[in-house]
Amino acid sequence: MSESKDTSQKMFQILGNETAPQKLDPWWWLVGVVVAIVAVLVVAFPDPYRSMLVFFLDGMGISIYVTMLSFILVLFVGLLGGLGRVSKNPLVHGITTLYVEVVRGIPLLVQLLFWYFAFPSVIQSIGLTLNIVAFQKYLADPIGMAVMGLVFCYAAYMSEIYRAGIQSIAKGQMEAARSLGMTKFQAMRYVIMPQAFRVILPPVGNEFIALLKDSSLVSVVAVADLTRRGREYMAAHFNPIQTWLLIGLLYLVMTLIASRIVTWVEKKSKME
Amino acid sequence: MKTEKEPIIHIENVHKHFKEGQVRALNGVSLDVYPGEVVLIIGPSGSGKSTLLRCINRLEDINSGHIEVDGIPLTTAENINAVRAETGMVFQQFNLFPHLTVLENICLAQQVVRKRSHQEAESIAMELLAKVGIPEKAHAYPGQLSGGQQQRVAIARALAMNPKIMLFDEPTSALDPEMIQEVLDVMIQLAKEGMTMVVVSHEMGFARAAADRAILMDDGVIVEEATPDELFEHPKEERTKLFLSKVLK
Repeated sequence: MSESKDTSQKMFQILGNETAPQKLDPWWWLVGVVVAIVAVLVVAFPDPYRSMLVFFLDGMGISIYVTMLSFILVLFVGLLGGLGRVSKNPLVHGITTLYVEVVRGIPLLVQLLFWYFAFPSVIQSIGLTLNIVAFQKYLADPIGMAVMGLVFCYAAYMSEIYRAGIQSIAKGQMEAARSLGMTKFQAMRYVIMPQAFRVILPPVGNEFIALLKDSSLVSVVAVADLTRRGREYMAAHFNPIQTWLLIGLLYLVMTLIASRIVTWVEKKSKME
Repeated sequence: MKTEKEPIIHIENVHKHFKEGQVRALNGVSLDVYPGEVVLIIGPSGSGKSTLLRCINRLEDINSGHIEVDGIPLTTAENINAVRAETGMVFQQFNLFPHLTVLENICLAQQVVRKRSHQEAESIAMELLAKVGIPEKAHAYPGQLSGGQQQRVAIARALAMNPKIMLFDEPTSALDPEMIQEVLDVMIQLAKEGMTMVVVSHEMGFARAAADRAILMDDGVIVEEATPDELFEHPKEERTKLFLSKVLK
């Protein structure tokens, strides 16, 4: 559907009018408190907190990068999985169900270790057997394999969220769309999915926050994320209390901000 | 009215069962509807009347028999979509799209299926909203409307596709009593304009005002058909009499 300017403006106005005296989400105070604690620590005790923070910043960047990239891919792969789970084609349904059941049943840490340590060996052996030079020389890229592992695992959960969302839309919606002559694809695209997205926003937001925290597991597969930086700092300076206190606070700042964003998106997309 | 013309809906010996034959919904139904005709289907719940209606645009598959709409047999997916595009359907539960405004509800299929421009679709939508009497609700969401208003929007949404046939599946059953008439008025006006209509409903007021033919279904078969006056005043079949004695008080 061609979305003309005036429609989107109208939509905007409608959204804007309802929330006209827009109040700030009250839970921002908690973000403020945690940020303030970090600031007080850094200012009042520059040694070690100031040097720690400087040392941790790039790790924080990596954590955010890995989480964002993984999450975007999870949204996409999960959608395919969810559509497969509601498919009437027994083959498609079977494959996606098998994927979800298997992946859900293996700890994420084990999966990450497999992708980083085992998967490249598998590729190299295949290369040796079939005499493919490119495969023989294959080496694991830590961030690439970490993202792969996170996406593979989280997309399985996301598939189930999509499935639940699609199935929560009343059957009459599909019938009405089809009775107007829309194809199944058009009905999904314009009628079912836009409603399903609104339904699944809270659990999807939840997954995002969970993914942000689970991204700390990638520290065991040679990714220099926030947790990894913490371990390095602790190993060098032997101050576990200060290190893990600050690491914990930094994760909390990120997850609390993510949580506020989720709440904001939910509010924006609320249906009448 | 129905002489000399070819039927626009041709239903021949249709059988339909659910749950692997355990529930038989239609047991050999044949029915011809002619252009411009308004046919009312009544019958007890579970008699197969809604199923029959939903078979006409293939929301339900049939197990055997033959259905043709406007000369198009309902066989291939392509044919089915062609039939659906010229057969409007109005549901008991309205089934408006809750995430879209009234205007967008009426425009969506016009743009996606009929490939009309945004402007064209909107101007058609506004005309139809005026026709069903609620142009001022164009930018409201379905959830902000009363049941009667929602059903009138649903009628407008179906009409926007320029259907040759309108199917109504108990359009007033989910409405509060005071809202029934506003929907019936729209339907009666449509009938007067010559729309071919198949209506599953027990609204005697509509039957008398607009229907050319009334059909009583029970146990998946057509028990009796006649003009509404005849069927209601002088039913021939025992089952018809029994049913009417329960409905008409």
